[in-house]
Amino acid sequence: MLRLEGVSASYRGLKALQGVDVAVEAGEVVAVVGANGAGKSTLLKTIAGQVATEGTITFEGQSLRRLAPHRIARLGVALVPEGRRLFPRLSVEDNLRLGAYARRHDPDRFGPLDLVFELFPRLKERLAQRAETLSGGEQQMLAIGRALMTKPRLLMLDEPSQGIMPKLVDDILAAVTRIRGLGVTVLIVEQRLAEALAIADRAYVLQTGRVVMSGPAAAVAADADVRRAYLGI
Amino acid sequence: MTALVLQAVVSGLLMGLIYALVAAGLSLIFGLMDVVNFAHGEMLMLSMFAVLALHGALHVDALLLLPVVALIMFGGGVAVYRLLIARALSVASNRGMVQIFVTFGLAIFLRGAAQFAFGGEFRSINDGWLSNRTVALGPVFLPLPQVAAGLVCLLAFAGLLALSRTEFGRALEATREDRDAVALIGIDRDRIFAFGWGIGAATVGVAGTMLSTFYYVSPSVGLNFAVIAYVTVALGGFGSMLGALAAGLLIGLVESLTALALEPSLKQVGMFAVYLLVLVSRPRGLFGKI
Repeated sequence: MLRLEGVSASYRGLKALQGVDVAVEAGEVVAVVGANGAGKSTLLKTIAGQVATEGTITFEGQSLRRLAPHRIARLGVALVPEGRRLFPRLSVEDNLRLGAYARRHDPDRFGPLDLVFELFPRLKERLAQRAETLSGGEQQMLAIGRALMTKPRLLMLDEPSQGIMPKLVDDILAAVTRIRGLGVTVLIVEQRLAEALAIADRAYVLQTGRVVMSGPAAAVAADADVRRAYLGI
Repeated sequence: MTALVLQAVVSGLLMGLIYALVAAGLSLIFGLMDVVNFAHGEMLMLSMFAVLALHGALHVDALLLLPVVALIMFGGGVAVYRLLIARALSVASNRGMVQIFVTFGLAIFLRGAAQFAFGGEFRSINDGWLSNRTVALGPVFLPLPQVAAGLVCLLAFAGLLALSRTEFGRALEATREDRDAVALIGIDRDRIFAFGWGIGAATVGVAGTMLSTFYYVSPSVGLNFAVIAYVTVALGGFGSMLGALAAGLLIGLVESLTALALEPSLKQVGMFAVYLLVLVSRPRGLFGKI
């Protein structure tokens, strides 16, 4: 479904990715793990078209390189970015409905709303509230909900557990598993190694911009080198 | 005496509605993308000349030309964004300066072009439907063109408000909040920006059309209105439509009363005094969000 070959990218003047090869098959949950500054976020930004790159990136056979970010989103590649990037002064409902804005010709534009409310009932209770008044965990739910409103086929999550109470982290990761069950492919970047590997089929380990290991999530989780590379011990 | 004051109050408020609408266009563009359009006054001037030229050629009243001029200005606004502003925004460094000089340069160009095309003399429309007619409101006599202008400006504000409630209005607001995040949900912010410029220019076009029914037109007519528009936007709060309306009315009122109390040539003194006062006591303006 998604293929990166020899992808290099610079972010804020630094070489953040160097010759990265990544492949994601339809229906998978793939985790990208690694220490801070390993290039995990840059990898997702690169796919979303926010960072200039060298190498090949294709989604369902179509090259994503040089496509504007909004075009990539319309192809069905949704990024839930670091820091969530909601529209803080707009209501929860407006944030969600805007997710369907670009699908104006789809007769079932707001269809995914039911799914979003089923996954995150809290959002339904807070429809009229401004996004900025939500707690961190609720904001993350809203960010994922907004991304689901674009009807993505590939959902990319950048550190969904960041700044969130542990109890809500479980809810969010459970939701990711549910989303995958609906046939949406998931690429997740996460600091929390154990949690991310528990819901993933396969994983890539990044270290200073290179893929140092990849394989089944369980194998990566069991590997001592990964623990050393990831935890720095 | 009371009749005189009442007269000044009402005509000041009517003029204030025009100021408010001119400022609304400026505020919309600024709020959306942090670009100050220094050619805003020249856009007003151009729309007035458009009315003059179309009126002269087709003998159609300015009121009927309103939608035509608004449409022309919308196209002009989109063109200015696509040809100039989008490029100015894509520079690697010193973006703020580039924006200022681009719109400032556009202003000088437009003024020169108008001078070249229409000449420098003052002109006016004297044979419109409403020209030289007045309406009596108790002791107050109001020129009909000003009354019509005030009403149209109010309607335009209602239109802007209605627009902000539409889905497109929400997208506009979202782009204003986070111009990078809208791309994540497939919204083309370039298109939104272009529309914003179109609507901003059409807004000033409506004000210009109504202004041309009772005000002299010349290539430099925009200068004075632009200064008032900047003051109005700062007074009302950057990016706030309601603020622009309130501040425009306030400025029209203060200007008119100052002219009455001091003398007409000093009419702007009061306005700037109020401006300084608000700036010192409430720097973000009356309705400012920032």
